[in-house]
Amino acid sequence: MKIQALGGCCKKSTANYENAVEAAKLCGVTDEVEHVSDMNEIMKLGVMATPGLVINGKVVSSGRLLTTKQIVDLIEKAK
Amino acid sequence: MNLLKVIIDFISNQILGMRWLNEVVGKLLKVLFGETFAQGRWGLSIQFFIYDFIKIGILLCVMIFIISYIQSYFPPERTKKILGKFKGIKANILGALLGTVTPFCSCSSIPIFIGFTRAGLSSGVTFSFLISSPLVDLGALVLLTSIFGIEIAVAYVVAGLIIAVIGGTIIEKTGLGNNIQDFVYNGESVDIDSPELSRKERIDYAKGETLATYRKVFWYIVIGVGIGSLIHNWIPKSWIQTVLGQNNPFSVLIATLFGAPFYADIFGTLPIAEALFAKGVGLGTVMAFMMAVTTLSIPSLIMLNRVVKKKLLIAFIVVVMIGIIVIGYGFNAAQIFFT
Repeated sequence: MKIQALGGCCKKSTANYENAVEAAKLCGVTDEVEHVSDMNEIMKLGVMATPGLVINGKVVSSGRLLTTKQIVDLIEKAK
Repeated sequence: MNLLKVIIDFISNQILGMRWLNEVVGKLLKVLFGETFAQGRWGLSIQFFIYDFIKIGILLCVMIFIISYIQSYFPPERTKKILGKFKGIKANILGALLGTVTPFCSCSSIPIFIGFTRAGLSSGVTFSFLISSPLVDLGALVLLTSIFGIEIAVAYVVAGLIIAVIGGTIIEKTGLGNNIQDFVYNGESVDIDSPELSRKERIDYAKGETLATYRKVFWYIVIGVGIGSLIHNWIPKSWIQTVLGQNNPFSVLIATLFGAPFYADIFGTLPIAEALFAKGVGLGTVMAFMMAVTTLSIPSLIMLNRVVKKKLLIAFIVVVMIGIIVIGYGFNAAQIFFT
């Protein structure tokens, strides 16, 4: 499962990435969570508001800081 | 009809303005420190400070929660798709309206600008969006109602939208809107379907935004209420009248030029606006001050500088300031004419 945490600009984005890493561990996802901070890369995914979360190429959240639990729910839904 | 007025006044004064809270704090200070202190300058300053701080804090939390909930329906990606379907002045107006309800933090302003431009949205629409965002706020509408009443609050919002639409149109029609950095155009536009949110997700989002905003804005409120208190109780009315009163034809200019370099959240400017208005400063002058302080901020201008060329950046600042000054004089004139 490919998980990408988008956003490199501020504390919210970093927190979002850290929560994604934790959530991935809790769900037993072994692939490393990718932290995308380059603006062009983020825009290529169609996201304009960070923090964002992409699972297997699909944007599941944009503009919101997600809690670990919320990311766990999203990962489970994507399985 | 009379009953309706009574109800609206009640909502303005007691629910939003929380005048009863002012009474309570005043009585409390009298009980704790005695009548002389409570009625003296320090006592009144402290009373104002406590009352205004609590009032703004509560209003802020309630308003941000409701607004964030509404904003969860308007992510920037959806706004971009909606705006792409309209052309001309309709698109500008829609851009200005959506600018008020689309949430984004200052670091997203660059991707949003780039995204809108690459999607083919005209510079006019993009700038109408960017101008109305900080200028017009649903929160401002409610807070202004608490001080000035609903008619003035609505007038403020309408004025802000007009500045946004006209400003965007001017920037586009004069060709200034073409002075965008080249790299902005280099890339494709990607449309995505914004994820559908459940009610619980919306509530969680609204809660998060409320907490984050309160923390971020806390010091602005403290400083704003402090300055408001100073104006209320320490600065002589005559000084304020001389510089910002209705008899000074430059009052709006002074308010705008003084406010522009500073940035504060609208919640922080309210106590200052309140205090100035109470000291007889013209309505338009007060509004110009609030608009100038909230619209132009150094961080957002730095961001904008990265995506547009100098010419356009300056045009943006000038257009917004002229718009504010015109609205300021307009409201001052209306106030004199109608009261």
